[in-house]
Formats: sequence, structure tokens, C-alpha cells
Amino acid sequence: MIPLKTFNRRRILKGMLGTSAVTVALPFLDCFLDVNGTALADGQKLPVCFGTWFWGLGLNPGRWEPPTAGKITGFGPELAGLEPYKDKVNVYSGTKVILDGRPMITHFTGDWAVLTGTTPREERVEIPSVDMLIADVIGTKTRFRSIEVTSTGNPVHSYSRRAGAAVNPAEPSPAALYARIFGPEFKDPNAADFKPDPQVMARQSVLSAVKEQRDDLAKTLGAADKARLDEYFSSLRQIEQQLDLELQKPAPMEACAKPEEAKEMPPGTEVGTVFANHKLFAGLLAHALACGQTRVINVTFNDATSSLRKAGSSMSHHVFTHEESIDPQLGYQPNVTDFIMNISKGLGTMVATLDSIKEGDGTLLDRMLLMASTDTGYAKVHSLDNMPLITAGRAGGRVKTGIHVVAKGDPATRLGLTVQQAVGVPINSWGTDSMQTSKTFTEVMA
Amino acid sequence: MSVKGRGMTGNLRLRRLALCGAAAVLGLVGLSSTAMADDAAAGPAAMRRLTQEQYKQIVNDVFGPTVTLGGRFEPDVRDAGLLAVGASQVSVTAAGLEQYDGMARNIAAQVVDEQHRDLLIPCKPAAPNAADDVCAKAFLSKVGKLLYRRPLTERELKSSVDAANAAATKTGSFYNGVGLALAGFLEAPEFLFRQEVVEADPDHAGQYRLNAYSKASRLSFFLWNSAPDPELLAAADSGDINKPDGLKKQVDRLMASPRLETGVRAFFGDMLAFDGFSTLAKDTALYPKFTSQVLRDAQEQTMRTIVAQLLTDKGDYRDLFTTRKTFMTPLLASIYKVQVNFPEGVLNPWVEYEYPANAQQAGILTEASFVGLHSQPGRSSATVRGKALREVMLCQKVPDPPGNVNFNLVQDTNNPNFKTARQRLEAHRSEATCAGCHKIMDPVGLSMENFDTIGGFRTSENGAPIDSSGELDGAKFPDVLGLGKAVHDNPAATNCIVNRVYQFGVGHKPTKSEAAWMTQTLAADFKTSGYKFPDLLRDIATSDTFYRATAPQTGALDTPNSKLASGH
Repeated sequence: MIPLKTFNRRRILKGMLGTSAVTVALPFLDCFLDVNGTALADGQKLPVCFGTWFWGLGLNPGRWEPPTAGKITGFGPELAGLEPYKDKVNVYSGTKVILDGRPMITHFTGDWAVLTGTTPREERVEIPSVDMLIADVIGTKTRFRSIEVTSTGNPVHSYSRRAGAAVNPAEPSPAALYARIFGPEFKDPNAADFKPDPQVMARQSVLSAVKEQRDDLAKTLGAADKARLDEYFSSLRQIEQQLDLELQKPAPMEACAKPEEAKEMPPGTEVGTVFANHKLFAGLLAHALACGQTRVINVTFNDATSSLRKAGSSMSHHVFTHEESIDPQLGYQPNVTDFIMNISKGLGTMVATLDSIKEGDGTLLDRMLLMASTDTGYAKVHSLDNMPLITAGRAGGRVKTGIHVVAKGDPATRLGLTVQQAVGVPINSWGTDSMQTSKTFTEVMA
Repeated sequence: MSVKGRGMTGNLRLRRLALCGAAAVLGLVGLSSTAMADDAAAGPAAMRRLTQEQYKQIVNDVFGPTVTLGGRFEPDVRDAGLLAVGASQVSVTAAGLEQYDGMARNIAAQVVDEQHRDLLIPCKPAAPNAADDVCAKAFLSKVGKLLYRRPLTERELKSSVDAANAAATKTGSFYNGVGLALAGFLEAPEFLFRQEVVEADPDHAGQYRLNAYSKASRLSFFLWNSAPDPELLAAADSGDINKPDGLKKQVDRLMASPRLETGVRAFFGDMLAFDGFSTLAKDTALYPKFTSQVLRDAQEQTMRTIVAQLLTDKGDYRDLFTTRKTFMTPLLASIYKVQVNFPEGVLNPWVEYEYPANAQQAGILTEASFVGLHSQPGRSSATVRGKALREVMLCQKVPDPPGNVNFNLVQDTNNPNFKTARQRLEAHRSEATCAGCHKIMDPVGLSMENFDTIGGFRTSENGAPIDSSGELDGAKFPDVLGLGKAVHDNPAATNCIVNRVYQFGVGHKPTKSEAAWMTQTLAADFKTSGYKFPDLLRDIATSDTFYRATAPQTGALDTPNSKLASGH
């Protein structure tokens, strides 16, 4: 293989685009990939990362979409917070969730159809969400396969799940997240000295003893319970992997710096508290990514049946969406829109935080792909049309940015498929029934 | 904008409305009264993840109350109204196991620390800085049996002792070694999951039952919400638990123990969804009296009411909905606006209290644990309360709301035409799509409108008097006292408790044969007993059905190839 330094993506791009303005489909050569076969572009040697960012109750139709399709020149007022990053994000309008005759389970159907590719038949989902499919490919060599957080104070407010009946619990406390990632078990990748801890080796032998019983246990189980036991053992593997990593000197990560310790914050659903907690989470997660502790994150800003509220108000965001009148002058629900503006500001904070970590010529955001989704296209009537979808980051050069994709009623799963392919999941088709698609958004694929 | 294709189809919507109508007329879910009772009623054996309460209780029972947990649990999942049933469907996620791992090491470190080791470890090592095979084996076999709820197999014991010895050698500490091996037990699937094992029933050819240890566990978790104690495990060792007299003796013993109250509290905490309190938020700007202490007091008030009525007084279950007897703390008294004499110099005292006959408060439906838990953060919700009453107390499922609802009719609270919740909801119910379901929730919930979102008593809302009349399955009443009476008299309430208690014990939704058995035997016995709750527990705990299992899946039968460690 030709050495990367002499024949890299940047040179090819330069050569091709230097002579022609025509868009060229690039050959997908091994030399564009890193040693793990995951992703690498623009000469960077850092791996691609992925995240989901969930918010509840959508946006107001007509108030968030960029004015034109194609290159983003500006946003609707409800995404104005992303203005400084208009070259680093993509907006996808016009997608929808298709029911195929299934019941519309409000604040449930939309979120999980987008994230799992399947419209739920009942208030129960037993298939993995897109972030887990991605974590199984890019997250297997890090200390945490994925990290889930929620700014709402309730660990059940998670939009990430594996095959089981429960969601992956989200961490509600920034202080606890700090301890989990940057506590005593954190090994600074840039530290000069390294000494393996005998206690860690001792723990390894104890976990081996736990694992030894696996076959005996499985013998007496039916298929469903056996699958649950398998999930337990795959969780055990993550702990073992964490111990393995604690015994090895980590590879240096240039941008890694241990963040300031997060203070215990009061949990709660008051919008200012949620915003403050989210900001702390954004900082901790960005540092965790920069320090190579994980490659997959999941953030819940507010739950699908949004419990956000303002101090002193008797109504929650959710109640407002159904009970507030549309202001005839403004043309929208003013209180609902206040909450939306806070959510939008929150997304802006997340993007800004990822972009604030410098790595070589670029930033952490450049090797990240953050997919933001919600449960409804218009909460007032529980619409599943025109689902607002946004991505931020270039996935290490696999994704082009600054583009407004206008879909014509296509299933929202096109985005799920696109992000999976962009970060290196070998998959050609995703979703089931009418949500099944084999079409990525080619406009954004580099 | 267009609403086409956004919600359910017309047919589906009609079906759903029809379902709501049926719910109102028939009292919905509940028990099949047509199926025949089956002598061999049985359900599947379960593999249940320990609930948070069970995990805490076991650590408390095995190691004592001075050992603390120091961690966060993976959230439990509710199914068929109970976390106890959801426990049969969940596994352990990676983030969850990290928490179990941290907690296990934290608990184990305390057990082997200088404060606890002499009490909890039955032997002393020859040297504290080296492995000691004999002492490690003595400790691990004893604690392993309590945590796994059966004797360890020889292989399990050996691999655990080997791991303890290896860890002791690596780290130069015997106690560190056994501590890590103990942590291994506390995060092992054998501990975290209650895996029931089935065997052929020697007394009934072709039928199956739980083996003796699984039987002991089912009984113990049912009555104490904790693992079997050494005496119950001994009854499993000897096989006495499989003899009617032996089982009766154990049931008598467990029922006479003060731990029965722990079990009863656990059951009602699960049924009444008190786990919701851990994330319950109220707007403290509007309701400054609402504090975390009020949250705790509200739950404890209802628990005390339940324990007094059902266990201490051995009263009628139905009277929980009408009793004027309750318990107060100064905080609760101030929220309920009642005059109570509290002893001086006692911090947050509990005092027995009886509402006067003319009070508009009686029964657990008027306590903050119900009306406060089932409300919005900033205001009451008749719909949420009506739904909760049907689902929690009557075991009736209220369908989810349809999509495409036009909410324009429900205006904000500042609308001068709609001052009270009743006026706002009546506007909402004029929408045909919503009417079907709201009419089974709202007339119930509106009768609880005298209570604000934190349970505070009130007679008006936004200056307009509150009309708390209502209706439940055909029974009309003028106020919340009438609602309590209507629930008291509704057969769905007693069928519901029978159903929930049994499911709490077995961890699955009843099979057809179990449902028939519940209706024809359990519910009938419960009625005959005068709806005495302990009699219901005993009836279930001493029945064959409770320990029977349907045929195991291939290979899932207990075989004697798991050789037990010596000494058992």
C-alpha cells in the first residue's frame, strides 16, 4: 500500500478539484481508512465519533427550515442558534414517519421509529437504536462503548436501547458522570509514567470466575431468557475491556485534557436547570471523546413528553403544546416557542462545545457526527410529517456539511442509514416495512 | 398544514373508541370469569432481575444495616402494572453493570473492613497478608449460599476460592482477596437474576413444579421481598418445604415475622407506583410547601395507613378507600389544612389522626401519595388521576390518546370562560375523538379536584367553586367521599388486588388457567375471609398453584449434574 503521507485524500481532492468544478465520486480506497478500518480523512489520525442528541416535542413547522434547498445560507428563527456553525451542520426537512396502520402512540412512535427504523406496534420496543448499531462497530475498543446522559434528572429519559425491554439508563448527574469518566480509574493518555495496578489484575480473575458459569446458567433457560443472559455477558465484556485498558499504557491523545471537576447540580425539569446541566454534560462528553474514552454518546436534552417548565408556571412544555392558543399576530404558540428557543440554544451549545476542542488543523466536531432528532413534526397535533432532523460535524471527512436536504415525504430512516454508512457500518438498507430504505442522502456523502 | 396520514386510520380510531366504551361498561381487564378453574393451573418459571428494593433488602438482611450501597440502580421496568412483572423482561445494560460493579466492590470492601470483618467473616486467616484457602472457603460457601439462594456447586465454590486466593496473593491481603470474590458474587448473574428452576412433580405425573430452592425463593420474595433466610434454605436442603406440613410451618413463620411488613410495603410500593416519587417534581415557586421531606412523608403516610388497616387491625382491604383513620406529620397537616396536636420536642413526629365525619378527606385516594403523584408539576390533573385510579386500583387499561387531536378547544387557564378543570375538560370532551376515553377518566378524576397538585385541600380554583361530583362505572356520587365508597363497592377493586398480589409473587402475567384459578378460588376465598389481606397472602403461599410451573422448554429441566458443594 502506498504510504499515507505521499498519497492522501487531501492531495487527491486537491488534484481533482483543482482542474474541474464537477463533483467527483471518490474511489473508496483502503488508504483513506485508518488502521482499524473505521475512518480517517484529511490526514487526521483520529477516529470518527458518533452521537445522538434528542429533544422532545419538535419545532414549529415553517419556522426552522433554511429558506432554500442546497447550500445553507441561513436558518429559520428556531435554529438561529446554529448560525455560527452553518458550514458545519446539515438540516433535513420533509421526512416523515409512516405508521403502516399501526397505532400512533403519542410521543413514542415518532422518537423510536426515527431511532430504530421500525414503527413500534405497541408501547414497547425491543430492537436496538441506531447509536448502538454504530457503537458495535466503532465503540468496541474504547473504555466505554457508549455514554448516555440526560439533562432532565430522570435516568429513564434515554433514547438509546439495545435489544431488551429497557432503555440504556442515562446518567442524570454531571458530577456522577465526571466521577465515572475522570475519577480514579481514568488513565491520562498523555501521562508520562504508567504502572499497572495489581488490584485491577485481581479483579480480572474474579470476573473470569463469574464468566465460567455461563454455560451452566444458560443450560436451564428458554430462548428469551437466554437472550437476556447474553446481554448481561456482553455488558460484562465491557467491564473486562475497561480492566484490560487500565492495564495498558493508553495511546497519546493530543487534545485530551482532564476537565474541571463537575459540581453536583440540583436535578430538575425547570428549563434553566436543564440548560445548565446540559452545558456541563456537553463539556464532559467533549473531553471524554477527546481523551478517547468513548466514541459514541447519547444526549437527552428533554424527554419526548417534555416535562420542561418555567419556575412559577403551572404548565409544562407538553401541556402548553396542547393547551396554548396560537397567537393570531405571531402565528405560533408563544410559550411553546420559548421552550423551543431554549432547546435550540441547547443544541447550539453542544455543537459549540464539540467545535471548541482543537485537534490538529481542525476540531473535535470535524471527526464527529452528531444526529439530532425528536418525536414529532408538530407537537400541537402530534404530527409525524416534516420531522426536524439535523446533523453536525463531518464524520472525519465522510460527510459534507452546510447543506439543507429537502426530502419529499421520504421515510426519516434515510438519515439513520446515512449516518451509519458515514461512520463505517457495513449496511446497505435499514428499517422495516414502509420505513425500510436503501437510499442514503447522497447529497451529504463526501 | 395537512394532517393526512399523520394519525391512525378511521377504522382503527373507531376500534379504539369502541374499546374505550367497552372499558366503561364492563370494567375492562380484570379476570376471565368464563374460563374453567384448572386443577393444574400453572405459569412459566421466571428469570427476574432483582428490583432495587430487593437488592437493598438482601444487602441489609445478609450484612446488616451499617453496610451502605453507594451506587445507582438501573431503572426498573413496569409491566402489567408491576415492576415485579417487568423484572422478568429486563437484562443488565453495560452502564447498569458498571453501577452494579461499583456497588458490589463498595459493599464488599465494607464487609471485609476492620469494623465488620470479625462479625461477618466466620474465621480468621492464618496470616492477613496471604491467601488462606480454608478460611476463604468457609466464608464464601456461607455467604454464597445466602446470595445465590442455594448452595454453591463445587465448581462455583472452587472458582470463587481460587479467585480470592489469586487476588490475595497479587495484592498481599487475605481480606482484599475474599472481598473481591464477594464482589464477584454480588455482580454475578446468579445473584442479580432470580432464575427459577423447574423439576418434574413426583406427586402429579406429567406436571412440573419449582425445585425446593426456587420454591423457597418464591415464597421468601413474596412475603418478605428478600432472599430466603438460613432456616428457609434449610427447609429446602432437607426437602421439608415440599411437604404440606413443612411448607405450612414456613409460611406461618414468615407471616409471623416483622419482615412481613417489609414485604407488604414492597408490594404496595410497587402496585401504587411509588417509584415515581424518585423523580416527582413540583413547582416550588407555586407550591413552596413542597419539599423532599413532604415526598417522603406522603409515601410513609399511605404505607402506615395500609399497614395499620391490613396488618395491625386485620381489617377489610376495601376500607382503605373509605377509612377516616390516618397518620400525620406537621408538614402533612399543614398541606391538608387540619389541626393536629403534635408532641413537642420531637423532630417530624408521626401522630395517629382521624378525620371528623364531615371532612372531605377519607381513604388513601385523598392522600398526597395518590393525588400528588398523579398530577402535573404545576397543577392538578383530573385526567391523569382518573387514568391512575382505573389502572392502579381497578387494573383497567385506559387506551393511549389518538394522534391528530385538535387541542384548540382546551384553552389556557387564563381563559375567563374556563376557570376550573371541569370546564376545561368538558370543552375537550366535546371533541368526538377524545370523548370516548375521557369519559371514563374525567368523571372519576374530577371528584378529586378538591386536592391541588401537591395534595393540598381547596374548595375553589381561580375563584370559582369546585364541583367534585363524579361517576364510576354507573355509580354517581356528589364528592370524593362518594368516589371512595364507589371504589370500595366495585368488584374490580378486589379482583385487582388479588390479581396484582399473585403477579407480584410469580412475576408474570397470569396464564388462562391461573386467571381462572384466581377468579374461582382466590377471589372467592378473599371474599369469604372478609377481604382480609393476610388471608389472601396465606392462601397464595400455601397453594400448590403458586409453585407449579408449565412444562419447561427443552433442556430447561433441573438435572442433578450440578453437583452441590460438600456440606450441603
